[in-house]
Amino acid sequence: MSGFWRRFATNRGAVAGCVVFALVLAMAAFAPWIAPGDPWSMAGPPRTDAFDPEHWLGTDMLGRDVWATIVHGARVSLLVGGGATLAAVLIGVSIGAVAGYLGGVADDLLMRFTEFFQSIPSFILALLIVAIFQPTVGSIVVAVAIVSWPPVARVVRAEFMSLRSREFVQAAVVLGQGTWTIVLRQILPNALSPIVVLSSFMVATAILLEAALSFLGLGDPNVMSWGFMIGSGRSTIRIAWWTSVFPGIALFLTVLSLNLIGEGISDALNPRLHERGAA
Amino acid sequence: MSAPLLSVSGLTVALPPGGDRPHAVEDVGFDLARGEILCIVGESGSGKSISAAAIMGLLPRRLPAVAGSIRFGGRDLLRLGKEEMRAIRGREIAMVFQEPMTALNPIMPVGQQIAEVMEAHGEGDAASRRARAIELLAEVRIPSPELAVDAYPFRLSGGQRQRVMIAMALALRPSLLVCDEPTTALDVTTQAQILALVRDLQATRGTGILFVTHDFGVVAEIADRIAVMQHGRIVEIGARDEVLSRPRHDYTRRLIAAVPRLAGREVAPRPAEPPLLAIDGVSKVFWRGGLLSRRTPVHAVRKASLSLARGETLALVGESGSGKSTLARCVVRLVEPSEGEIRIGGTVVTGISQRAFKPFRRRAQMVFQDPFASLNPRRRVGEIVAEGPITHGTPRAEAIARARELLALVGLDPAAATRFPHEFSGGQRQRIGLARALALEPELLVADEPVSALDVSVQAQVLALIADMKKRLGLTMLFITHDLRVASEIADRIAVMRQGEIVETGTPAAIFTRPAHPYTRDLIAAIPGRGWEAARG
Repeated sequence: MSGFWRRFATNRGAVAGCVVFALVLAMAAFAPWIAPGDPWSMAGPPRTDAFDPEHWLGTDMLGRDVWATIVHGARVSLLVGGGATLAAVLIGVSIGAVAGYLGGVADDLLMRFTEFFQSIPSFILALLIVAIFQPTVGSIVVAVAIVSWPPVARVVRAEFMSLRSREFVQAAVVLGQGTWTIVLRQILPNALSPIVVLSSFMVATAILLEAALSFLGLGDPNVMSWGFMIGSGRSTIRIAWWTSVFPGIALFLTVLSLNLIGEGISDALNPRLHERGAA
Repeated sequence: MSAPLLSVSGLTVALPPGGDRPHAVEDVGFDLARGEILCIVGESGSGKSISAAAIMGLLPRRLPAVAGSIRFGGRDLLRLGKEEMRAIRGREIAMVFQEPMTALNPIMPVGQQIAEVMEAHGEGDAASRRARAIELLAEVRIPSPELAVDAYPFRLSGGQRQRVMIAMALALRPSLLVCDEPTTALDVTTQAQILALVRDLQATRGTGILFVTHDFGVVAEIADRIAVMQHGRIVEIGARDEVLSRPRHDYTRRLIAAVPRLAGREVAPRPAEPPLLAIDGVSKVFWRGGLLSRRTPVHAVRKASLSLARGETLALVGESGSGKSTLARCVVRLVEPSEGEIRIGGTVVTGISQRAFKPFRRRAQMVFQDPFASLNPRRRVGEIVAEGPITHGTPRAEAIARARELLALVGLDPAAATRFPHEFSGGQRQRIGLARALALEPELLVADEPVSALDVSVQAQVLALIADMKKRLGLTMLFITHDLRVASEIADRIAVMRQGEIVETGTPAAIFTRPAHPYTRDLIAAIPGRGWEAARG
């Protein structure tokens, strides 16, 4: 594993991604101290220009401090990104593992079920789910998870199918280990790397999905979110550009950092691929 | 003697820094005369394939030739430019690769692939190239070459594909043919045919052949001269009979001694007692095809019957696809037989539930073929060995302690328990696999080609270990192998399988001296280096 960290640490993009993402994490964790008070309440005169000494990212039409909204928005972005990814990975791994390990009819049925989800445009489905339930952080996490598990299931299924026929799995069967033990102890640890890579990209996608939902006004009305800020600043972008642009930059940097981390992990796990690219 | 066809001297190929030695190949030198077959023989990592690649100008960029010369036709191949080398490659020096399954383009008829070689060197027109391709296919003895010329590779068997590869190599009548383990991926009967073909080419065309192999049987069969390589150096070179019967270098001696002997050992008959393992009319049918396509049956095993007395070793011998592995997997229930009955210690174990079968898992264990795939890369060696007993209720600490003892028993350092499988060599991994099987103190050991992925000297050690364990622990063993030499060395009885059927069973003496079935006779006749066997004494 030390080889993995060494390769990861020599990847400049991945390290930069880690730094940016760590900053976003810190921002979310210490939000009440970095920007005390309610981000929804009026903090100064409306439409204060950016780079004002009091409100250095300016204020929006209702006098809310843009910096405070970004700091507090980081919380919901990470919450949705992390929560939805965790849920999607749980669903995807379970379905993919069962399909890949059992094969046959179970595999056929589960894969048709997966394809059913893949054949619906994912954003529309997420919109629909949030619109049907109340738009809360919880329902957004559920909606994002429901539209993002199919790729996990497919990857896990493929891994399980190839690992299942390996001799060490057969050896475990011959030793008398039960199906659960074999799946959890023999196969799953060997299928982890692609799952980890995929999850880091999924967090990024989930954050974007949440932003898109909030942009359309389907975010949780009780929590501040980057997507909501971009959406609410959209109508006044010519007179108060900073209300949309700064949350947009925050969103962009967070997603970029996650993608860089994901690529870094992927390269570090497959050094051969990386080597060939460099040669 | 005229000037040699090929003269290699002082050839040194660098390894990338950080390897276990600075050079892949060091100061290698040999001559090859016209019409001569020189075998380069060595174990994996000895540098034999790198030497062949250097002659073809196919060295990977990470492995540059840093010294020496390869003189061929008055030029030094190492000093030639890309285009000059390209003109020589195929026309004057041709190569046959190991893997006939992947060396051909799957979506192009074989005739066209042969014609491509001629086209690349601007030889003839489309019609004459096609005619020549048919001629070549006839020359390598492919049946009905007029039809085969338009066949796609998937329609041909492994042996036929290797013939096509040879036909491609011969297309422009090269004076030097480099063969890199051309028969390693083939069955023994197919191998015998390819070796006969190679010999024939040398005799009729006077082609010089450089033949890279790890198999001393093959060497004994076709070589004129032998070069033995170890750690990137040639340790001994000389005429075949000289090297085989009077090896001078210690390493050569060890290598030759490690080749299992083909001996028709007579084994004392066992007293009649109820068998430990009885296989009675077992068949296995696999169904090919899915939901929408028509399902076709594949008969992997047909009505096989065998019985093993307690303490006996039975070798199940056959070529690839003969069903020997499937039958072995039926015994440990990795495969559910379609019909027939298997009894372990008198109890019928076919058709009972997995739960009811669990006690029998203790009694029947398995050792697998691939040392790299048979150990979970994410688990420590101690855990791997202890897993079985833990599954069957032994307390964890006790099982781990026992695992360390077992590792010592199979000749490994008990400290190995805390390391991961990738830190071990192939032979050591097979020892770990054996320790895992022995941890459950089984009565019956099913060994599925446990030594076929190993180098010959390691193979001899692992075989000796298995034989020793068997004797010490009183195991009964079902030993699957494709190698009759190995079978003759380890088995009390041999069963020969072909196309899912057991065609003959007998003691090694009976099988080797009085084979009853024509297929057994073919198999024995195909063993490479049988002439040498008599001289080994």
